[in-house]
Amino acid sequence: MMSEVVHAFTAKIPVWRPYVTPVDPAQATEEQRDALKVTPSNTKVSDYVLVLAHDPESLTHRTPLFNAIMYGAGGLSRAERELGAIGASVVNRCIYCAAVHASRYNQLTKSTELVEEVFRAGADARLPAREQAIYDFAVKLSRCPPEAGAADVERLRAAGLSELEILDLVLAIAIFGWANRLMHTLGEPVAGSD
Amino acid sequence: MTTIENLLGADAGLATLLDQRRTIMELTEASGTAVLTPREPGGLPHGLRAAIALRAAAAVQDEELMAHYRARLEACPGGVSFATFAVPGTMPEDTRLAAILRHADLLTVEPRGATRDDIEGLKAADVTEPDIVRLAELCAFLAYQARLLMGLRLLRNA
Repeated sequence: MMSEVVHAFTAKIPVWRPYVTPVDPAQATEEQRDALKVTPSNTKVSDYVLVLAHDPESLTHRTPLFNAIMYGAGGLSRAERELGAIGASVVNRCIYCAAVHASRYNQLTKSTELVEEVFRAGADARLPAREQAIYDFAVKLSRCPPEAGAADVERLRAAGLSELEILDLVLAIAIFGWANRLMHTLGEPVAGSD
Repeated sequence: MTTIENLLGADAGLATLLDQRRTIMELTEASGTAVLTPREPGGLPHGLRAAIALRAAAAVQDEELMAHYRARLEACPGGVSFATFAVPGTMPEDTRLAAILRHADLLTVEPRGATRDDIEGLKAADVTEPDIVRLAELCAFLAYQARLLMGLRLLRNA
């Protein structure tokens, strides 16, 4: 039975159904297994990562890059990196990424208000000053061609962000320009079975 | 010095900042090599990848990135045969190549519009599943690189 495809933004994490056949771990080449970090004790890998294993050279570097940008020590807070990810995911309409990172944002901030407003109003969401500066910058930098300018960076500074925090925000937004283009174009979100 | 830092040129303030994210800059460089000049290019030769990169740089209207990828395309063995398709809007007669470029444009300009039909279209045009993933990684990296570069320029100029 085909589950229903999710078309609206939600903080409830859907299941990701690939359009491309995932690599079978049992048939994977040594390079693919290295990229997947498959070990005899850890064979559980998501379909998403198994799809990306078709290109092990990219996957090998992208996984630690993504983790360093989103979870590295110091600089911008975890929650505000997630807000950058949400802004990119709204522009690129990656329902799955938006759900995962909205859910993390809600957990980290112990609140659901911001995410509700973002999902209601999209790029036009009205937020508190610091969050507004971060979100608007994420939306503008994610467009094609990107629309962010010096005035947007001035707003981030005025909202209290340091140079390092702005750099971390740029990285979080940019890496979601990447992640959205994989997740949203190589598969689709379907409603979970629970 | 990574490709992005070379494109940015010397700026002491920015250099100090980027040194605090050295691992990220190096993984960015390694990722660029993996998508532009991979050891295993599959059905996407290095010349085609450079042409797609030039086309994407034009779509984001970044003249420095365009100059960078134009030089890479010219230096690439066999790159000349793909040079005519590096201009947005141009399409080759070959149906597989045309499907690849059409999808690259979609990934660059409007990924939100991508659907299952786009992937089915690539398969119907004899683009293999590994090549579909390689193409997505290439275009997705280029989107990342263009935004990182733009963000860093804003920090440099401020």
